[in-house]
Parts: sequence; structure tokens; C-alpha cells
Amino acid sequence: MFEITSKEKIATKEYEFWVKAPQVASHAKPGQFVIVRTSQNGERIPLTIADANVETGEIRLIFQAVGKTTYEFATMKVGDSLQDVAGPLGHPSEIKKYGTVLMVGGGVGIAAILPILKALKGVGNRVITILGGRSADLVILKDECERNSDELIVTTDDGSMGMKGVVTDGMKALVKRGEKIDQAWSIGPTIMMKFSAYTAKDLGIPIFVSLNPIMVDGTGMCGACRVTVGKNIRFACVDGPEFDGYEVNWDEVMNRLRQYKDQEKISLENYIAKVGDLSWL
Amino acid sequence: MAVIKIPNNKTPIKEQDPKVRAHNFKEVVLGYSLEEAVAEANRCLQCVNQPCVAGCPVNIDIPGFILALKNRDLPKSAEILKSYNNLPAVCGRVCPQESQCEGRCTVGKMKAHEPVAIGKLERFVADWEASSGDVKIPEIPTQKRGKVAVIGAGPAGLTVAADLAKMGYEVKIFEALHAAGGVLMYGIPEFRLPKSIVEREINFIRSLGVEIDTDSIVGRSITISEIKKFDAIFIGTGAGTPSFMNIPGTNLNGVYSASEFLTRINLMHAYEFPYQSDTPVRLGKHVVVVGAGNVAMDASRSALRLGAENVKIVYRRSEAEMPARIEEYHHAIEEGIEFHWLTNPIAYIGDDKGNLTAVKCIKMELGEPDASGRRRPVPIQNSEFTIEADMVVEAIGQTSNKVLLSAFPELKLTSHGYIEADPQTGQTSVEGVYAGGDIVTGAATVILAMGAGKKSAVAIDEYVRSKKISK
Repeated sequence: MFEITSKEKIATKEYEFWVKAPQVASHAKPGQFVIVRTSQNGERIPLTIADANVETGEIRLIFQAVGKTTYEFATMKVGDSLQDVAGPLGHPSEIKKYGTVLMVGGGVGIAAILPILKALKGVGNRVITILGGRSADLVILKDECERNSDELIVTTDDGSMGMKGVVTDGMKALVKRGEKIDQAWSIGPTIMMKFSAYTAKDLGIPIFVSLNPIMVDGTGMCGACRVTVGKNIRFACVDGPEFDGYEVNWDEVMNRLRQYKDQEKISLENYIAKVGDLSWL
Repeated sequence: MAVIKIPNNKTPIKEQDPKVRAHNFKEVVLGYSLEEAVAEANRCLQCVNQPCVAGCPVNIDIPGFILALKNRDLPKSAEILKSYNNLPAVCGRVCPQESQCEGRCTVGKMKAHEPVAIGKLERFVADWEASSGDVKIPEIPTQKRGKVAVIGAGPAGLTVAADLAKMGYEVKIFEALHAAGGVLMYGIPEFRLPKSIVEREINFIRSLGVEIDTDSIVGRSITISEIKKFDAIFIGTGAGTPSFMNIPGTNLNGVYSASEFLTRINLMHAYEFPYQSDTPVRLGKHVVVVGAGNVAMDASRSALRLGAENVKIVYRRSEAEMPARIEEYHHAIEEGIEFHWLTNPIAYIGDDKGNLTAVKCIKMELGEPDASGRRRPVPIQNSEFTIEADMVVEAIGQTSNKVLLSAFPELKLTSHGYIEADPQTGQTSVEGVYAGGDIVTGAATVILAMGAGKKSAVAIDEYVRSKKISK
């Protein structure tokens, strides 16, 4: 069993957990994910590994409560155990010296961009980070990103922190001021990744995106997470999760994410009916 | 000399009514009573040349267990069975007996006679032992001979592990999923192979001292160099990655690989969503299943049980080339699955939200024989037509999963991407590393994987002993 050793609420419906998973902790690299089941009848969901501590055998998981499984996870306490944690899965990010890298993170995707930017900084890249959120309270992990970046730009939809606007406005502003970017990453809501990929293409910046489609096994066995990249069908779990942002068929990714919308709603409603009000999460 | 009089037909076995079972996931075949089983056992001639044994990939002493059953000595019958086969309740249910033991049965060669129902008897004896509450655990040598790592807890891995444990090895199985059983858990549906039976047989293997580490992905959560610390390694990871038709519309919502569709239902229990399971599955009303193997039968019958109004199997060849077991085909027909032979999908059509609405097909005809010796299906010009469908399941086969293989580059692969292994021993190109089952042969049967596991257990024992002597 995979014991929860610490828990913190970091924004509305967003939580940070450290979980005992020594096998995962000792092998995890930036960009990889785990498959988690909260309970015996639970579904298998992918979550990015935000950090790993080899000494304590713990991994850090940061997620937003959006459906039954993540709601249930968010209600778990220190000392409780997850049913399953399998990983690390997927290809690690390609960490090397690019020169100047631009790291774009949005929403809970900031948790996924963090380990990659730390590693890129660690090998001597100049790191410029753009964090985006609807409002200031949803810009998570700001200080930690700032400590590991040469420059940090925050954009909020409502202007409550940093620049008023979206991450692509930040990207354009950087290029406008003459910044030469050698490689970018964008991780966040699919719509944000789509538009940051389009913007990067316009600006001539190569960009990786980390897709988060629906998965079942996470090991290449089922094809639930398939996506068209260029002309080919690729599995996000084993061929990704990172792909060249220019090549991803974004509309397909978004359609496929909506596949079980009705069932997901039923599942969450049933869960709330069973456990009571969860609006406090 | 007395003339032997044997009933022409197998003793009939009780099954759930097709109209009822088409709407539930409970087991279709209900099994024999003791009297029925003994009556069937009496049809066995106990012939001297025992062709059935040679037809069995694990060479079970079939006349032996049937004789004990005939004499109503069920503990003895179970003991004989278990000494050859670690998963008898599974094999009795899913083996293609018609092309193995029963296909060679002497009674079946007699004019107008059906062979002895060996599979049904195997199942009866295994179920009897489990329900007796007195499952015998063979004595395990306390002096350990060595440590063996097994990758994958499917039929091949479970067999090699059980046999090595009985010989006195410490065996650890690394299983990537959260449950052991491999295809027995995620692939074969409850109505053909109840999961409680799989769990029961796996628990027996655990009782032999075999340790099973779930959520362990070799190549990811454990490296190859860590696993090389064992005295020997057996790889039984299965074929493991679905093939797609790769026609336009493959990624529309509602198009599944059979692997995903069946994993959602079997491993994740999506048919019990939302109360007993959190994993959903699409509930198609008009379903098209592509392919005509056992997996296609399982997928089509599962779709029906989820509430489909109609389920059509489309297959590019004809009925004669259908690879499915005849029993499964008959069950599918009884339940109302429609078969469209010589039909191949060429495109999936969707609406503006990316949901599947129809399958565009083309009629085929059989041409010259191809490499497989079967007549090659060729499209008939201008014969396109459309089938309305909100769900498609492609059951057209698999290729090898690369998660382990890419982490183990020293392993020599075949031109098809499977592991190259000696058919007699499972020995791979790397010393001390053995492989068997679908990762060697490509998608095949449960029992062939088990047969490979048995051979490798013997070879691994020889290897480890010779290595320890030379030290």
C-alpha cells in the first residue's frame, strides 16, 4: 500500500500530497507520470510526478479535484493509503543544454512543468518561466518556480497578479523584447497547450507539450490515450506524454477528453450523494 | 469379444438460456453434476495409445484423471490434474479442446461419435476440489535451489512460477497491472471465465510460496540490471499492444481497440459502473466489431450484455476462415450476434463533436491463397455501403509491447518484433533469460503459453543447477 505522508491544500480544489512509493521515487525522472487507484473499485488515472525523494521513498503528487477519483483522493488524509501507484511511466523529458528555455505552465499543469524546469536549470540552461491562471490564487507553486528560474512572468485572466492576459501574451511579449528562445515547453489545460503551440509556431520556437488524455493501463496495452501526431497514431502513455506541439491534432485531443463526460458527471454526483457536501475542497 | 457401447454424444451440459444470458455477465456454461461427470467419464475408452495426452500442450495424464473420476475418487483425480496443470479450472473453460485433446480422442474418431468432453471434465474436477474446501498443497522443498524473477503474471508466468516453486525455487513475479492473471483478468470476460475462479487458482499458486508484486513495471519501476540479480529470469509479458485498422476516423469517440474495451469491462468492471466500479465504458446501441477471432466473439457478446440493440461482426474473409473457437461462435449466434462475412471497414464516419455515427464498409471476395495459405480477400469494386454505428470495437490482433523490450536492448527479437527464443526451452539470446507465451509466439492461446512456461521451468532448473555446480 502507498501511504500518504503529507497533504496540503494549495488552491481551491488543488492539493499537494507526498506518498510513499519507493520503487517510483528511486526511478522517477522529470516528465514522467504514475497511474493511481484510490480504492479497490477505483479507476486508473494518470498523475504527473511533481517531485521525488529517493531517501524517503516518497513522491509528490499535485492535482485538481475534477471528478470522482480526484475528489476521493482530495478527501484522503495523512496515514491513509492509495490502493495502487504504478510508475514511473512515459518517456522522461529530454534534459540537456538548449541555451534559453521557455517554460509555460498553466493551472495544475504548473506542477508538471516544475520538475522539468528544475532539471533544465540544473544543467545550465537560462530558464524563463511563464505561469498562467484565471486569477492570482490559482497560480500555484509560484515561489518554487521563481527560485528555479532566471525570470518569472505571471499572467492572470483577471489581472489579479502579474500581467493581465493569457500565457501566449507573455510569450509574444518576450519575443517582442528580443528574447531568443531555443526550446519551449507548455503544460496545462489542453486549450492553453493548443494556443501556446500555435503561438510558438508563429514565433518560430520549437515546443514540447505534455498530453494528459484518458488512460487505462498506462503501459501501451489498450490505446485509450491515442492521439494523432503528424500523420501517425501515437500512444501518449508509451510514446509520450511529451510530443512536438506543432504536430498534435488538438481538436481530436479535446474531443477524446470529453468521451465520458456524462458518466463522469454521474459518478461524481453519486459520490457526493454518498459522502456529503464537498464544496469545501 | 464384447462390443463396447458408448453413447454417441457428449453428456449434455447445462447452460444459461441465450435470451437470459445475453443480458448478464454471469457464466454461460453451468457445469456438470457428479452423476453427469461420471457418465461422461464412462465414455472414455482408457485406450492404450492415449492420443489425447499427446494433443495437450502440458501433457496432462488425461486417461488417469478420468479413470479416478470414473471410480469416484475425486481427490485422486484432482491430484493427477494438478500435478500437470496449475490452472485446471481455467483451462477446462478456455482451452481450444477441439483442436487439442478432444481433437485426437479415439472415441471422437469412431463413426458418429463425439469425443469425450475432456475440457468439461477437467473443469468439473477442478471446481469440485475448490468447493470441497480441501485443496491439497504439494510439499515444497525447504532447501531453496535459487531465486527466479518472472516478468508478467499471465498464463506463462504463473505456470513457470508454480512449477519452479514446486521444485524448490524462490520465485517473484513482477506484474505491471494492479491484479495478477494477465489476459485471464483483463481479456477473457466473466461470462466465459469468472474472475473468482482465476483468483482462486492464483491463490493456489501463491500458496506454493510464489510472491507476486503488482504495480511493478520492469523497465520502469525496476530496471533490467536490478532484475539481473536473480539466478534466472523468465519473460512472459504477453503480446501486449493493440493494432488498429488505421483507416480514416480511427480516433473518433466510440472506436475502441478490443484490448481497451475488454480491459474496461473485465479488469476494471465497467459493467458495474457507477456503483461497484468507477471506470466507465461507452454503452453502444449499434455496435460493429471488426474481426472474427475469439477476442471478437468476447467483444461482441460483451457489447450485447451492456445493452446494445444490435451487434454486427464484420470479417474480411468468410465463415470457413474464421479463427474463433466453434463453441464461442455458436454461443454468439445463439445470443443474436449478426455476422457479415467478406466485409471490411474502410472508414469511420463521425459528427462534428468527434463521435462515431457510421462505418463505411466494402464487400470482399476471396482471391488467390496468401502467405498464410488462406485465400486472400480482395475488395469488390464499387461495393461500398454504410452501417449505422455508435460504437466500433477493432479485434484485429496485437503487436509486441515495447516497454520492457526497449529497456532490454541485448534481447534479440524476431523480424516481427517478438523475442527470439528456443521453442524447446524458451532460452533467449541472453544467458539466464528465458521467454514464453505471446511475447515469443505473437497472440496465441492460454494453454500454449502455459506449455511454454512448463518447458522453461525445466530448462531454468537445469540452468541454475549447472551454474551453481560450476561455481
